[in-house]
Amino acid sequence: MAVPSPTPPAGTAGLTPEQLLDLYRWMRLTRTLEERLVALYRQTKVVGGLFRSLGQEGCAVGSAYALQRTDVLSPLIRNLGSMLVKGATPLEVLRQYMAKGDSPTRGRELNIHFGDVTDRHFVGQISHLGDMVPVMAGVTLTFKMRGEARVGLVYVGDGATSTGAFHEGINFAAVQRCPLVVVVENNGYAYSTPTTRQTAAERMVDKALGYGIPGVRADGNDVLAVYEATQAAVDRARAGGGTQLLEFMTYRRKGHAEHDNQSYVPEGEIERWAAENDPIDRYTHRLLHDFGVTSDALAAIDADVAAEVDAATDLAEQSPPCDGPDALVGVYADPPVMPALWYREGTRTAVETHERPASWGTHDG
Amino acid sequence: MAEITFLEAIREGILEEMERDPSVFCLGEDIGKFGGAFKVTEGLQARFGEGRVIDTPISEAAIVGAASGAAHYGMRPVCEMQFIDFISCGYDILTNYAATARYRAFLPCPIVVRGPSGGYVRGGPFHSQNPEAAFLHTPGLKIAYPATAEDAKGLIKAAIRDDDPVLFFEHKYLYRRIKGVMPDGDHVVPLGKARVAREGKDLSIITYAATVYKALEAAEQLEREDGVSVEVIDLRSLLPMDDEAIVATVKKTNRVLVLHEDTVTGGIAGEITARINELCFEWLDAPVRRVAAHDVPLPYAPPLEDFVLPQTSDVVRACRWLAAY
Repeated sequence: MAVPSPTPPAGTAGLTPEQLLDLYRWMRLTRTLEERLVALYRQTKVVGGLFRSLGQEGCAVGSAYALQRTDVLSPLIRNLGSMLVKGATPLEVLRQYMAKGDSPTRGRELNIHFGDVTDRHFVGQISHLGDMVPVMAGVTLTFKMRGEARVGLVYVGDGATSTGAFHEGINFAAVQRCPLVVVVENNGYAYSTPTTRQTAAERMVDKALGYGIPGVRADGNDVLAVYEATQAAVDRARAGGGTQLLEFMTYRRKGHAEHDNQSYVPEGEIERWAAENDPIDRYTHRLLHDFGVTSDALAAIDADVAAEVDAATDLAEQSPPCDGPDALVGVYADPPVMPALWYREGTRTAVETHERPASWGTHDG
Repeated sequence: MAEITFLEAIREGILEEMERDPSVFCLGEDIGKFGGAFKVTEGLQARFGEGRVIDTPISEAAIVGAASGAAHYGMRPVCEMQFIDFISCGYDILTNYAATARYRAFLPCPIVVRGPSGGYVRGGPFHSQNPEAAFLHTPGLKIAYPATAEDAKGLIKAAIRDDDPVLFFEHKYLYRRIKGVMPDGDHVVPLGKARVAREGKDLSIITYAATVYKALEAAEQLEREDGVSVEVIDLRSLLPMDDEAIVATVKKTNRVLVLHEDTVTGGIAGEITARINELCFEWLDAPVRRVAAHDVPLPYAPPLEDFVLPQTSDVVRACRWLAAY
């Protein structure tokens, strides 16, 4: 039996001291892992682009932390933190970015586009923004149909609210009263387009009114505020309150991807957010000053996280590359493998039958 | 056993699968109490309840997307497009999301997207389409397009049981014109298997859906007037396509006409012609020819629609050209 925790201090959103440190750990792990990915990217060990969530860790971690294991999360590209909370491992993420043969998608997909719907319950996203909203409407419709007390949470950015899929999905979920929490992470930019060029609406949360559902807005860089708002929405959805809309105000401090030089951002804006409104700095301050956590305790977590990322990096670097012909496996359940085209099959067969490495290209007979 | 219509055969197939498997459910626009624009799902909501026959908003992307999400978590949704023309509104989520789900993320996605297709009904440009070629080009999808009532039932059951997304075309010209006696028992027609609709020895028509009947009419006329024996192959499934059946008929008759109702450029006939070229070129005694719709949006007025779409007389003329080559 678990030892009962002492009554938590005021302002902790009902979280125990262990849980409060948990939030810190997930945010720190997110940032450390991304910093490691930057190093690997610069060493050209990351095969494709690199997407950062710098400055949005509180939003990702605080919201995912409100879910139970069997609840389903649908992450976006800036939700590395959410996926880690839900059980994705740094090793999986590293292998995925490095396109390794033992990565979660066996090299089929990039970055954090992977999922697990049998155990940890997060769904592999696609690049078409907004599409995950109708998909998650269907996931949660299923829970409603089967009478399971499970909730879904789907993230969209400010940009995705402009898509037809977002509108169709949230409207469908709302009218079916699906237990779905739709989280708009308003980080100010969709690639280079500021939110003011995305919508004439002043607040994304006001869209809730149009769908006939509750909408709540919170400070996305206050991890406890994010957790509290999400927990309340999750509780309402689980209790039969239907679809919920949340808007978290945050800021994307890095470009759309690592290549993006952010030339479109007004001077000083990024620096101001970094100095005044970093979610980890803010939370660290609260832990130290309001919740009586020592700086040694946080340093120990930082060291632990760094060691975890180091170990995962070593393992990921040793992972094997993908095997070309595996590309033909798994398009369908039946047939399980697609046929290689005739010229490729012929080449392989010829090589396998006739290859004589010692005398390749010579005819010394 | 009594004859039932093509439409009733589809309904019977869906109903049997819903009874057999509680994870099967239907969603679409006006399919519940109203029974759907063509009444394919009539009576299903009364029988299975609102929870398993769901009326949706006018949201094709949401229908296909929600079906995909439900399928990830163990359900087998059957989506109705009120007209298959409207699948274009769900094209993104069907091709990018559902069709890739297994490959990119090992997500099961056993959904069926079905709906009334095809012309010869004066439906105009947005109620007559045959958009199958757009989906033939999408790895991860399967496509069925039956011509007989027996196949309509057997293939819808196979589509519902298949573990991957299946696009199921129901030619609305056939809905109430074509009837059949359903085989006894659990009648399932496997996806990917063609059918010889008529045996012949002089030339072959490879086709599917409503034009199977144009081919059969032409074959009878040619037999009667020219003494030419025409074989008709009904593909039944377009993806996967039955290469064996195509090669077999080419080797048998050595002359091939590919016939379909969809427009000619970029249509499936081009793909079939390429396969014949690659698989059995030496067996041909004449070039493969195509009869298909002209490359225009399908017009409404009868003289216009009749001009654009392939008619039996076109098939006869093309066959005579091939026979004389």
